[in-house]
Amino acid sequence: MSKTKLTELTIKEAARLLRLRSFSAAELVTAHAEQIERLDHRVKAFLRFTPELWEKQAEEADRRIARGDLGPLVGIPMAVKDVLCVRGVETTAGSRILSGFRPPYTGTAISRLFAAGAVMLGVTNCDEFAMGSSTENSGYHPTHNPWDLDRVPGGSSGGSAAAVAAGEAMIALGTDTGGSIRQPAALCGVVGMKPTYGRVSRYGLIAFASSLDQIGPFTRSVEDTAIVLDAMAGHDPLDATSSTRPNDVLRDFDAGVKGMRLGVPREYYDVEGIEPAVKAAIDTAIKSLRDAGAEIVDVTLPHTDYGLAAYYIIAPAECSSNLARFDGVRYGFCQDGQNITESYERTRRKGFGTEVRRRVMLGTYALSSGYYDAYYLKAQKVRTLIKRDFDAAFERCDAIISATSPTVAFPIGAKTKNPLSMYLCDVLTLGGNLAGLPGISVPCGMTDEVLPVGLQVLAPQWREDVALRVARAYEVASGVKAEVAPLV
Amino acid sequence: MLARIGLEPGDVEFYAEQLSGILAHIDRLKELDTDAIPPTAQVVEVANTLREDVPRPGLSQAEALANAPAAVDGFFRVPSIQDEA
Repeated sequence: MSKTKLTELTIKEAARLLRLRSFSAAELVTAHAEQIERLDHRVKAFLRFTPELWEKQAEEADRRIARGDLGPLVGIPMAVKDVLCVRGVETTAGSRILSGFRPPYTGTAISRLFAAGAVMLGVTNCDEFAMGSSTENSGYHPTHNPWDLDRVPGGSSGGSAAAVAAGEAMIALGTDTGGSIRQPAALCGVVGMKPTYGRVSRYGLIAFASSLDQIGPFTRSVEDTAIVLDAMAGHDPLDATSSTRPNDVLRDFDAGVKGMRLGVPREYYDVEGIEPAVKAAIDTAIKSLRDAGAEIVDVTLPHTDYGLAAYYIIAPAECSSNLARFDGVRYGFCQDGQNITESYERTRRKGFGTEVRRRVMLGTYALSSGYYDAYYLKAQKVRTLIKRDFDAAFERCDAIISATSPTVAFPIGAKTKNPLSMYLCDVLTLGGNLAGLPGISVPCGMTDEVLPVGLQVLAPQWREDVALRVARAYEVASGVKAEVAPLV
Repeated sequence: MLARIGLEPGDVEFYAEQLSGILAHIDRLKELDTDAIPPTAQVVEVANTLREDVPRPGLSQAEALANAPAAVDGFFRVPSIQDEA
């Protein structure tokens, strides 16, 4: 089998061929290293690489396979977003303020994937502290969409999405606080999933907004996503917000959508700024699902217009608290001052980028005495209204379907001057974070300019199995598969 | 400033304009009557998870200091706190 083909396999296919000894785990990771070498100077998905780790892990994977280990992730090459701690591996949250930081521990989700045999390729680029929708806020450099290098991959997990779309990794981990897995998955034509809040442990995740953050996988098929999620999910005593519910994400995976009710929220369907090509792709997807036996139902999410406002109080407020620890004292970059306060101010002015400073200021303001009730408390009440909207909608349908992003990938620089225009990228995804729902984005076609469009499926809390089942049924019925971008 | 982020010349104007724009959008929340609505701080059912008060191994002092920009005698070194104006 030619080496190029190895990087186009799904996890499921690769696992089967590894067991058949068509190639070794060492050869599989080498093929990915060569793909990275060939392409990443143009895509710039990665910030740094971990060859010592991948050599050791691939060797161990080959030993396990030789012993007859049938684990579905043994030997599978994986990239990790720069907000996830791996012991000894430089992790910077896409920020200069953490440059040189080497975590003294590995987060739980990654530990589980390592134990399952995944092989770490390196650390992927992201918007600084996961704040952004284009990866242009990275303190290092932007990442380029493999489908059009002049365009953004989306964000904040743009590096991870691009790595999988470019065939540089079979799994990439991302995080989703307002849409940061689903939106880049849509813009890069890959599968990306955010679990229910509390499904995957956040231990080892550099926190942005603690009531919204979740870790999730990027892959090139719904089945691959289910496999990775199954390996990562489950209670962790080290994360007090992680759930003790049993992990049943694979239930009824191939049962299809016959007889299921799929809700189309009119506020999402007609959202301001939705591009005609995106709308057309969604219409085609809805038709596929109807033809596959689903009942399509109109639903309403009346407070949709208020979601962005609520999110842009809650997330900055929580981030202002979480980022208070970056002060140049215990880790990272330090700019000295004449006294401690000046040292903090200089370190944070220099170490944090524009968007981070914007959100910390906004958040500090929203929480300050005299404004707390008008802003943060108000936003939390609106959050209740948004959650109730979804609860009511789920009385009438089993899952909600919509576009993931109102637009396809936009040119680098197009939205950086106006922060609000960038925030609007998340209008269709942030509701899922506010309500704590599981959500997945699957590729649902290309525009005439060969730019990917994503279909989002949202399910009730704890029903990842439903989201996966609908996504899988769509993938099968439509024949649309995530592909590796044809970069030469 | 509470955020402990220094401001350089031009920052105030730059951020004031952008933050005003964002706050103007956020103001639409005033349209909603939320007097009778409870706030959501935690969106799933998990609450007040406790564990047994049993000590566990933590980081060693060396590990804890390993990333410090300035460490002296097992301490994190910082500029003086007492000489603030």
